[in-house]
Amino acid sequence: MYPAEFDYHAPTALADALHLLQGHDGTVKVLAGGQSLLPLMKLRLADASTLVDIGRIAELRGIREDGDAVVIGATTTYRDILDSAVVGRRVPLLVDTVRQIGDMQVRSRGTIGGSLAHADPGGDLPATILAVDAQMTAAGSGGTRTIAARDFFTGMLTTSLNEGEVLTSVRLPALDQARTGSAYLKHRHPASGYAVVGVAAIVRLAADGTCQEARVGVTGAGSQAMRAGGVESALQGKALDDATLADAASHAAEGLDLLSDPYASAEFRGHLAQVLTRRALAAAVARARGGPGA
Amino acid sequence: MRQAIHVTVNGAEHGYEVEPRLLLVHFLRDVLGLTGTHIGCDTGQCGACTVLLDGRAVKSCMVLAVQADGAKISTVEGLATKGELHPIQQAFWEKHGLQCGFCTPGVMMATVCLLADNPTPTDEQIREQLEGNLCRCTGYQNIVAAVRTAGERMRASAAAPAGVPAQARAE
Repeated sequence: MYPAEFDYHAPTALADALHLLQGHDGTVKVLAGGQSLLPLMKLRLADASTLVDIGRIAELRGIREDGDAVVIGATTTYRDILDSAVVGRRVPLLVDTVRQIGDMQVRSRGTIGGSLAHADPGGDLPATILAVDAQMTAAGSGGTRTIAARDFFTGMLTTSLNEGEVLTSVRLPALDQARTGSAYLKHRHPASGYAVVGVAAIVRLAADGTCQEARVGVTGAGSQAMRAGGVESALQGKALDDATLADAASHAAEGLDLLSDPYASAEFRGHLAQVLTRRALAAAVARARGGPGA
Repeated sequence: MRQAIHVTVNGAEHGYEVEPRLLLVHFLRDVLGLTGTHIGCDTGQCGACTVLLDGRAVKSCMVLAVQADGAKISTVEGLATKGELHPIQQAFWEKHGLQCGFCTPGVMMATVCLLADNPTPTDEQIREQLEGNLCRCTGYQNIVAAVRTAGERMRASAAAPAGVPAQARAE
């Protein structure tokens, strides 16, 4: 299978990419790692008259620490993230998530920014991006702006990026504080590897062992990833025994526009959201008790 | 509009003008005639088309040839040297890590990458890293045994310490 014909540009500077995204007739798409876009173009489910490949723009790739956060360039591959000692130490939840994405070959090419901009409802990253309260930076002809994770995903395969804008980096607040634990768990589609449901949980304990803060992101279950606010508020200030976690997790599917397909009905997805939330919370609590950032 | 690309494949340099929509797997098979890289599902699932791109295993049906411009590529044809099977090929033969053989080039190239990353993988790690390679004949038992054996031999052999072909090792 071939994609339909397109013009191809591979600029080495972001400014050139932004210029190329302006003033084209027809459909212009940004190509990063291509692990979502190219299969869709081969199946003719996506088309573009022009592809702007941002994979050769050095400033968009790389991982750096910035105070209490880790900043990851949009075209940084999953493999780069897994190889990063900084990410492993400061945002272990991201490593926990990325190692469950796709397969070894997909992780060689797939990028954090490409996945987020594609916003597949079965993508793994959105749950984690939401739970850590990441901030996206986007560049356009009018300059750069920052978008909070909560405002980034706006629907199925849809984000708040504007026409002509490029996602340039993702800023993830570090999780290596005391009494903080996290976990990402998913029910993996047996054929595609996508998350039928995926849950990212972060738990911060107060000195007395009660829940100071819990943040939970759910992906796969609905048409877009969402924070599970009902779960989070049910844990606030509570002693975190099994019954409390189970009770809180029962709120996991609230407000979700549950998807349904031949593999997993809406009812099954809602159930999975609750079960995976309970398990992810239990794992996060165990790590929070075990040590910083565990 | 055709675009010029320059790539190094199994140590040999090539320059061609290609259509932007040409996939790397078609470039390897149809332009260079390296038909050892197979097209299985053509949807990014099966891994039969796995090659090394700058030392990392990729599915060449999900990469444009123009994206590989400037890269070093290794295919199954580059594994054997001077008529001697690579330890991975030898192990797949001895351990019956194949039946029909269609998936085998991709599995072996993925194995090169996984053993370069981790020369002493557990069986569980081998299965995890080969998740992107589907075999419809063997049930994977013998594939895992072959990878394990290849890893043991390559550790023991000073000739190919990391098990990466010369052109990938140069990375």
